Amino acid sequence: MATQIEHSPEPVPAEEHPLTVRCRGVEKSFGEGQTKIRVLRGTDFDARAGEMTFLVGPSGCGKTTLISVIGGILSCESGEVDVLGSQLNRMRNSRLADFRLANFGFIFQQFNLLPALSAAENASIPLVARGESTRKAERAATELLQKLGLDGHTHKTPAQLSGGQQQRVAIARALVHQPKLLICDEPTASLDAASGRTVMELLRDVALEEQRSVIVVTHDNRIFDFADRIAHMADGVISKVEDTNQHKTRQRAGEE
Amino acid sequence: MITTALRMLLGDKTKLLGLIFGVAFSTLLICQQVSIFFGLLGRASSVVNDVREANVWVMDPSVKTIDAPFPLRDTELGRVRGVEGVAWAVPFFKSTVQVRTRGGNLETAIILGIDDATLVGVPDTFIMGSIEDLAQPDAIAVNPAGFRLLFPGSELDLGRTIEINDRRAKIVAIVDASPAFAANLSIFTRYSLATQYTNNGRNQLSFVIAKSADGEDPEAVAAAIAQQTGLKSVTSDQFRIESIMYILANTGIPVSFGTVVILGAIIGVAIVGLTFNQFIMENLKQYAALKAIGVKNTRLLAMTVAQATFVGVIGYGLGLGAAAAFFSNTSRKVDALRGFYLLPEVAIGVAIAAVVIVFLSTLLSMRRVLVVDPATVFRG
Ligand SMILES: Nc1ncnc2c1ncn2[C@@H]1O[C@H](COP(=O)(O)OP(=O)(O)OP(=O)(O)O)[C@@H](O)[C@H]1O
Ligand SMILES: [Mg+2]
Repeated sequence: MATQIEHSPEPVPAEEHPLTVRCRGVEKSFGEGQTKIRVLRGTDFDARAGEMTFLVGPSGCGKTTLISVIGGILSCESGEVDVLGSQLNRMRNSRLADFRLANFGFIFQQFNLLPALSAAENASIPLVARGESTRKAERAATELLQKLGLDGHTHKTPAQLSGGQQQRVAIARALVHQPKLLICDEPTASLDAASGRTVMELLRDVALEEQRSVIVVTHDNRIFDFADRIAHMADGVISKVEDTNQHKTRQRAGEE
Repeated sequence: MITTALRMLLGDKTKLLGLIFGVAFSTLLICQQVSIFFGLLGRASSVVNDVREANVWVMDPSVKTIDAPFPLRDTELGRVRGVEGVAWAVPFFKSTVQVRTRGGNLETAIILGIDDATLVGVPDTFIMGSIEDLAQPDAIAVNPAGFRLLFPGSELDLGRTIEINDRRAKIVAIVDASPAFAANLSIFTRYSLATQYTNNGRNQLSFVIAKSADGEDPEAVAAAIAQQTGLKSVTSDQFRIESIMYILANTGIPVSFGTVVILGAIIGVAIVGLTFNQFIMENLKQYAALKAIGVKNTRLLAMTVAQATFVGVIGYGLGLGAAAAFFSNTSRKVDALRGFYLLPEVAIGVAIAAVVIVFLSTLLSMRRVLVVDPATVFRG
């Protein structure tokens, strides 16, 4: 287990997966004058294709702020935010929205499903937002929901589903449009241990397909074993990155 | 996304019903009140309207409305006839009397006395009998609503007699007069009889009604009459408007109807506004999530507008339907509301009002959708 402090991760070794996210010296503060708090203090962070990168650390250290910047829904004051080859901090808002719709999937702690819509309708939203016909979008969403083990639940509304099932609908919504980067904030925090593990297994099996990159912010040490890398954050900077070698194990399993 | 927006709305039946009810309620109330208002204004000029043959009305200079005539000397008739450009001029008597119904109640009636010689000044639609029948002794014609007031529960028929100020009057015709403002019972009779029924002297003339000669401008003729006789003389159109303006200026009608209309609009805005706001607030986190996913503000605005439009169209349709049903029942069955219709102009006006109501009440909610920060989705 590598535990060196990583201030500027240098040239990517050949066997490593390509970088999807490369943050350097990111600064972000909230408030003005006396009440101003610097949350991200020159933060460096990387995520790679085909890997699940965990972002962990004490409450208030800036994890959510960092993934909001990476996800293009919060702008930073300075630093480089290179995501999938694009500089997010140089993009205008409306291009950013298009970029998010094309490339990102989001999973939230509070599933944030539309209560009036069925599971399939909820999961189809990114495709519909891209201009796909409702019928086609729902067919794709239904297939994905079945893959996530929600056969027979696709017509139910969120209120008729358990928390774990709702989070699976949210996973379907985050993946239905085949994004390259999946950003999850505390995906298991609202779930019991068993549902949490199921959700993580599904994320690993389905989300990591096609060299997708997954970033998971979590407090939940019950699920740390799903991580390929664990970035530890404290006071707005990444203090160390652990490589758990999971992806290499998986790769070998795939090769056999 | 429009489909998604409408599904969101349809998925919340309680609020959907509340929203539709709010719009429908306002539409119904405003349509109904405005229609009755215009109906009443129409009644204010219905006597002028019903005298189709004449186009000039001559009266005492102090008279401001058809409903409050002041007697002229009957020698004025000859002077009006002498004015150049006047094809003919006849006397027209208008007053109110109390008539005892068969049930024993006293009913106010307007009594209209028309020229004995020519019988000019009666509405042209006779339901029973004919204009010539008014030449018979003690002959009167009444309107159907008036007949039902006099003889509750009886079918319309001819030959019945009533007493007006202790004088016998025989119903020889039923005439389809427009409902009048002052009373539901209209009695048409000859001028000479009318003055007896009201115990007025022979020289009590309310109006002289006249017709301009072919090719003469009625306004010019009316002006000439005024100039040569010193009386007030106006065209039918002017007198109709004056009578309506008199009601508007001198009664509480505009204020009371206006108040109800404004209340209807306010209640509509309140119901729709509060319900819609609640609907948006309940979905606000989800809207933020949609924004994070990459749905743009223009899209979200379109969704909200689609929801508002859906509610507006259905609510307005139901409200209008209810108003139409109300009037199609009452204008036939309830004499007090006879002649009150849902005018197309009112329907269009209320449609605009409904758009304003829905727009005003959803404005605040739309703003909330537009300003919600997608970054809030990650915050518990
Ligand atoms: N919009 C904001 N306005 C002001 N302060 C903010 C805002 N968002 C975050 N903060 C502050 O920034 C700091 C970091 O917040 P952040 O949510 O990124 O922490 P976190 O690591 O995700 O914590 P947790 O584990 O509790 O979710 C906190 O002190 C928080 O109060
Ligand atoms: Mg957080």
